[in-house]
Amino acid sequence: MSRALAHTLVVAILAALLAVAFWRSGYAFQWEGVWDYRQKFVTGWLTTVAMSLFSLVLSALVGLITAVGLRSRWTLVEAAARVYVELIRGTPLLVQLLIGFYVVANSVGLENRYVVGALVLALFSGAYMAEIFRGGLAAIPAGQRDAARAIGLTPWQSLRLVILPQAIRLVLPAVAGQLVSLIKDSSLLSVIAVSEFTLAAQEVNSFTYSTLESYLPLAAGYLLLTLPLSALSRWLERHFAYEAG
Amino acid sequence: MELVVKGLTQAYGKTTVLDRLDLTTGDIRALVLVGPSGGGKTTLLRILAGLDLPIEGSVSFANAVLPRDEAGLLAYRRHVGTVFQAYNLFPHLSALDNLTLPLIHVHGLAPAAARKRVAEPLERFKLAEHAHKRPSQLSGGQKQRIAILRALATQPERLFLDEPTSALDPEMTAEVLEMIGELKDLGTRFVLVTHEMGFARKVADEVAFVGGGKVVASGPASTMFEHCPEPRVRDFFARILP
Repeated sequence: MSRALAHTLVVAILAALLAVAFWRSGYAFQWEGVWDYRQKFVTGWLTTVAMSLFSLVLSALVGLITAVGLRSRWTLVEAAARVYVELIRGTPLLVQLLIGFYVVANSVGLENRYVVGALVLALFSGAYMAEIFRGGLAAIPAGQRDAARAIGLTPWQSLRLVILPQAIRLVLPAVAGQLVSLIKDSSLLSVIAVSEFTLAAQEVNSFTYSTLESYLPLAAGYLLLTLPLSALSRWLERHFAYEAG
Repeated sequence: MELVVKGLTQAYGKTTVLDRLDLTTGDIRALVLVGPSGGGKTTLLRILAGLDLPIEGSVSFANAVLPRDEAGLLAYRRHVGTVFQAYNLFPHLSALDNLTLPLIHVHGLAPAAARKRVAEPLERFKLAEHAHKRPSQLSGGQKQRIAILRALATQPERLFLDEPTSALDPEMTAEVLEMIGELKDLGTRFVLVTHEMGFARKVADEVAFVGGGKVVASGPASTMFEHCPEPRVRDFFARILP
């Protein structure tokens, strides 16, 4: 059986099972009320896309810098990177968003909740990215650094031309997984009243009392983002594929 | 190459690897370092190649003293070439890109000029047909010959080879040694660490026996192999030479 056929089959069976479950629950769908608020979904979805995209780029950057920091010879740099990673990974995003917005941003006079939300999200995801990148960098054999130094590359050239191209391929699947998490985690931005996709669904639900009709589009909207990302990751993995040696 | 090493000391943690090592050679083309495993050959070679800084001591080639700071060593490494036991080719690049990378990014050649520069050596050593393969698609012998060409592409003053055939089977060992022999005939200067005593004898102008972190004896190849006054060296050769 081809992979495409197998995938289609699994999806079809799952859809049938879900359909039966919905039918047996006797839930009466009322799509009209929700349809009136469709613009809210679209705006919310676009906000989620924009904020995830911004956080994604920033978190990759933060993660990379932190990963280099984690491997630093200077103990103070290493300590700062380690404390950041452990603090962020050990506390809920919910708390980070609330403290980030109501305490930290407030104290420095930053009032735009979208900017603060995206920054907190990037710092949150960056801590996970840092560990992923650190693992990737550590997996490159010492001989590669030796060879890079032997041919006269500067440390920065060695990182850019030799280490990173190999490390990126190693970490690509994990990074894609982290990005999928980041997109879903952005739903928590609703607690600081960022009008993203999840908040839009919550609002539509409170206006129409049509719970499933409000939240089913939410699931579909997130899948619309995360499935292509997984496909892209698999393509990149194949694209960079080569045997070590 | 007129190598002068004085009081070279290197330690990793509490383990002393080189212990006030001294070595002086004439103006020769090929120096071969031999001796027991763990005796300090590779450590010495890494310092000569500018890859590691010794704790103490000095090294000079033809009266030019090796720098003691990283910036100076970087400049030094750009004028010498190093070949490793495990090849250390860059696996994400084709053989050709492995050769042109230092030319383009270290020596400022345009990509086309860099490719032109390496075309002739690739041809000469019968590697042209493998130029577009990734290292994983090459045999061990081909990998090591590409690695040697990478070290040579920048036309270095001298080459440092660290057990270049230790990871190879006899047939591939022969093809790599043949290449090194040919390079010597072409005028390349090099320091070689090897366990291939037959080849060492053939190619070396001078041999240094490194053991216990010191040079136990050194001198012209014929003297060293045939009537070295040092009993440790005589025993070593007696055990491994047929």
